[in-house]
Amino acid sequence: MRKLKIENLKAKDKLFLSGVIYTARDQAHERLAEAIKKHKKLPIDLKDRIIYYCGPTKTPKGKIIGSCGPTTSSRMDGFTPLLLKKGVMGIIGKGSRSKEVIAAIKKNKAVYFLAYAGCGALLSKYVVKAKPVAYRDLGPEAIYELEVKNFPLIVGIDCRGEDIYGTKR
Amino acid sequence: MRTISVQKIKNTVAQLCIQANLVLRNDVLKQLKAAYASEKKRIAKDILGAIIKNAGIARREKLAICQDTGMPCVFVEIGQDVKISGDIKQAINQGVEIGYKKAYLRNSIISDPLKRGKSGLKPAVIHFDLVKGSKLKLTVFPKGFGCENKTQLKMFKPTARIEELKQFIIEAVKNAGPDACPPYIVGVGIGGTADYAVFMAKKALLRKVTSQKSQVTSKLERELLKEINKLNIGAMGLGGKTTALAVNIETYPTHIAGLPVAVNISCHALRSAGALI
Repeated sequence: MRKLKIENLKAKDKLFLSGVIYTARDQAHERLAEAIKKHKKLPIDLKDRIIYYCGPTKTPKGKIIGSCGPTTSSRMDGFTPLLLKKGVMGIIGKGSRSKEVIAAIKKNKAVYFLAYAGCGALLSKYVVKAKPVAYRDLGPEAIYELEVKNFPLIVGIDCRGEDIYGTKR
Repeated sequence: MRTISVQKIKNTVAQLCIQANLVLRNDVLKQLKAAYASEKKRIAKDILGAIIKNAGIARREKLAICQDTGMPCVFVEIGQDVKISGDIKQAINQGVEIGYKKAYLRNSIISDPLKRGKSGLKPAVIHFDLVKGSKLKLTVFPKGFGCENKTQLKMFKPTARIEELKQFIIEAVKNAGPDACPPYIVGVGIGGTADYAVFMAKKALLRKVTSQKSQVTSKLERELLKEINKLNIGAMGLGGKTTALAVNIETYPTHIAGLPVAVNISCHALRSAGALI
């Protein structure tokens, strides 16, 4: 993942990601933000991590993971600047982001990716390992560590703050 | 009176939950394929291709089409000459639980909307309707919340022009923008009361995306679809001419003092399955 040269990525670029990513959606974000604000130890190190807004279905027998597409990113907008400040380098989701998030991505030299929306079955084929690593009580909203191979992505917002939806808003 | 057992209802609901979540509706798939064929923009074509591929993988490998396996909505039409042996609501909810468990679908339902907490599989939102005859019709509609969150209702003045209604419906789609998994299927309810308009907007999504209801509404549906597809939102909001696959409108008589209009949007993964017992 270190090889991922964020500064070389431009909004609208298509790429295939191989490496480790961490799922987190609404409830996990709330808990992470709460822990950061109270200076508690976080269950995962956020430095240089990629967060995937995803709550997979249960894993069918014989499969690595169930359906695992992205969820709507804008619900996480309120938490994102804080997580980027804590070192998160990339985010995967679907849909547009707020001005504040775009500014925070630019400031922290991070990147926002779009994954094929509503294609959870297809995307499961690019996951080679999956295990819950934190907040297991949250079920589908737990933090899962996913190892992905050639996971298809589109750059939504690059580290210069260029937004794929920008020209249309 | 014809007696239908709760066991039969439970088993049918379980099977319909699996079918709806794993097998994309044929009419939706057909529209997606037509959109793929006519789309010129490269990125839009690429995404539509992925959506069609996704449906194939889901069906073949028995995986959920989307990880958001929805709030299970169940529409029940009970013939007035039917006697149910037992508690029908309990049977439906048990069926939902069995089906969702069997297909490894997601725990997306929290039992208290304010306290939130641990998620589970039930209950479903159940709509009962009493009809003529001695049959029972069950339709399972798992509604994803990315698109459900974009629902809109407006109480128009009775003198409002049709153009104002159209503008409101188009604005609702614009407002959903790239966030709720376009291309959309737009459900619209016109008339009735506030609650009934929203109900019709949802029910409109159960109608085939290729079918027509009446001459008046089908003209309006065609006009709206054309205008919505000029918005250039496109698949995943990245542009192109496929912002919506269909607009389905349901109407009902209303009061002289009002004109309720509701919009209930579906993502491209419009899932439902029905059975007649």
